[in-house]
Amino acid sequence: MSAESKKVLYGLYTDEEQLKSAVKTARQGHLDIMDVYSPFPVHGLDPILGLSESRLHILGFIYGAIGALFGFLFMSWALAKDWPILFGGKPYWPVPSFIPITFEMTVLFSAWGMTITFYTICGMWPGVKAKILDNRISDDKFCIAFDVTEAEQRTISGFKDFFKRTGAAEVHEKTI
Amino acid sequence: MSHPVAPVRHVLIEGNKSYHQISEDLCVPTERAPSREWILAFSVASAFTALYVFAVVWTIWKGIGEWGANRTINWAWDITNFVWWIGIGHAGTLISAILLLFRQRWRTGVNRAAEAMTIFAVICAGQFPLIHMGRLWLAFFIFPFPNTRGPLWVNFNSPLLWDVFAISTYFSVSVLFWYTGLVPDLATVRDRAVGFRKKMYEIFSFGWTGSAKHWQRWESLSLILAGLSTPLVLSVHTIVSFDFATSVIPGWHTTIFPPYFVAGAIFSGFAMVQTLMVITRKVLKLEEYITINHIDSMNKVIVLTGTIVGVAYLTELFIAWYSGYIYEQFAFYNRVFGVYWWAYFGMMFCNVVSPQLFWSRRIRRSIWWTFFLSIVVNIGMWFERFVIIATTLARDYLPSAWSYYTPTWVEISIFSGTIGLFFFLFMIFTRLAPVVAIAEVKAILKVAGDQYIGPKARKDVHHHAEQVAEKQEEKN
Repeated sequence: MSAESKKVLYGLYTDEEQLKSAVKTARQGHLDIMDVYSPFPVHGLDPILGLSESRLHILGFIYGAIGALFGFLFMSWALAKDWPILFGGKPYWPVPSFIPITFEMTVLFSAWGMTITFYTICGMWPGVKAKILDNRISDDKFCIAFDVTEAEQRTISGFKDFFKRTGAAEVHEKTI
Repeated sequence: MSHPVAPVRHVLIEGNKSYHQISEDLCVPTERAPSREWILAFSVASAFTALYVFAVVWTIWKGIGEWGANRTINWAWDITNFVWWIGIGHAGTLISAILLLFRQRWRTGVNRAAEAMTIFAVICAGQFPLIHMGRLWLAFFIFPFPNTRGPLWVNFNSPLLWDVFAISTYFSVSVLFWYTGLVPDLATVRDRAVGFRKKMYEIFSFGWTGSAKHWQRWESLSLILAGLSTPLVLSVHTIVSFDFATSVIPGWHTTIFPPYFVAGAIFSGFAMVQTLMVITRKVLKLEEYITINHIDSMNKVIVLTGTIVGVAYLTELFIAWYSGYIYEQFAFYNRVFGVYWWAYFGMMFCNVVSPQLFWSRRIRRSIWWTFFLSIVVNIGMWFERFVIIATTLARDYLPSAWSYYTPTWVEISIFSGTIGLFFFLFMIFTRLAPVVAIAEVKAILKVAGDQYIGPKARKDVHHHAEQVAEKQEEKN
């Protein structure tokens, strides 16, 4: 997220179906939507908005693989190489005994890695001040926002016209 | 993540709610001044928490000799309580993870509170293995860290060490899952708050905006964490059962333990969720969100898992007889008719007989029966762990070592103190965060709200699925 402030024109809708059809109209009219905000995940919105699928799960797999390798190799090194000890006549390298901890390390790395990645790429951390357009977006309003920092008057009136046509309950301008 | 619409659907949100009304109903408990009942209950919980702190300090100061445990019965209330609490924690993960994967919509009413319950139950459970070591200040020896003794590493062959990894992973992943789910709801609370409260929730909500891309990633993360938590929760109680099953003590050395422990864990966990939910929905006035349908569904899980546990008990007895191995046969004869016969019959009655009442729809949907039976099941599951641990150890291979165990006031105080600690933490949680997942409830409103489906459905609001179908037709 950029540090400079933006001038944003946004419209609030009262229903997610309305929001979805408005987004569709905007995309058909090649209007450049800055972002869409909603109080809950609106199913079916992502393809309309043209968002590609999240790749977070691929990272989850990679983190998990790192965790599994780390856990298994560390235990192997510690028990078989660094200080070999015989425990109850078992081999120095007791692979079946390593399965539970290897599994736990896989889950631990994958979960923490994905969660930290999620907060980082979303730009969310404790103390981050949210750039909120309207307090009611986390309550019952669905919002489409356009960046109008450098827009001409003609474009702005085009956006306003779009909001009117698609049934936005309110239209506001705000600098965030 | 799209939700395929199940053919059988229940009303899960009553009272003709609008989105705004949902935020209102669910945020208000964190905003208004605590009620008299809350303050009274909180004082009682705090008193028990203080008792817990006192008894733990006493144990550390004086030593483990203050407990009733002896050379023969060296695991007693400590490990019983540990397994009991861990089991209770499992219902939260089951509701939030496994039911998410199974697309069970009724989980949305109870998942947040159940996940919180998981975390608090694991906090209570984690105390016992630590304090039962005796020298608490050396507890960090359980972790493999570079040390000046070689370095000498921990024994990775030991199920007790697997437990360390399983429980700590389980706790930390549960916290991540719960908190990430909570962030959008904390943002809702933030946007309603003013002054200092707003500042506080600004920090807690990490700057959540509700952007479409963030929601998409949030859903992806929730789904994968659910997918990870599902085998995790099964592994945790499997490993807890390995603490017993990999030993060579007759009565413990059985292959049935992992599934038996997992079923028991879910069973006791759901009972605790019921106990908590029945009180919470009443006190916080959430009857329209945690409906009788939710309670009914959870009671069905209880009767299922209770029956699995019952089958496991009988299988154990049968296999002990069928094995023809006299030590195994003696262990089970002793378990049923030995010195602790009353614990065995208590367990059988509470866990196997009493949940069968839930076959009756009337009892399943009765608040009082549910509350009463949930307590009975919790007592029964505590007995189960006591039976497995104490009765088995009381009669070991060497008759001259046979012994009997009774708890001292220290053990009783620690145990009742953890119950106090559990409620202490849960009650703080109800004051700080919404106990029902606001965003998730809103997301299912159009398929589970009583104005859309069921007998009270209104003519003027379109059914969500119908709307979609109509649109589809228009396109064609």
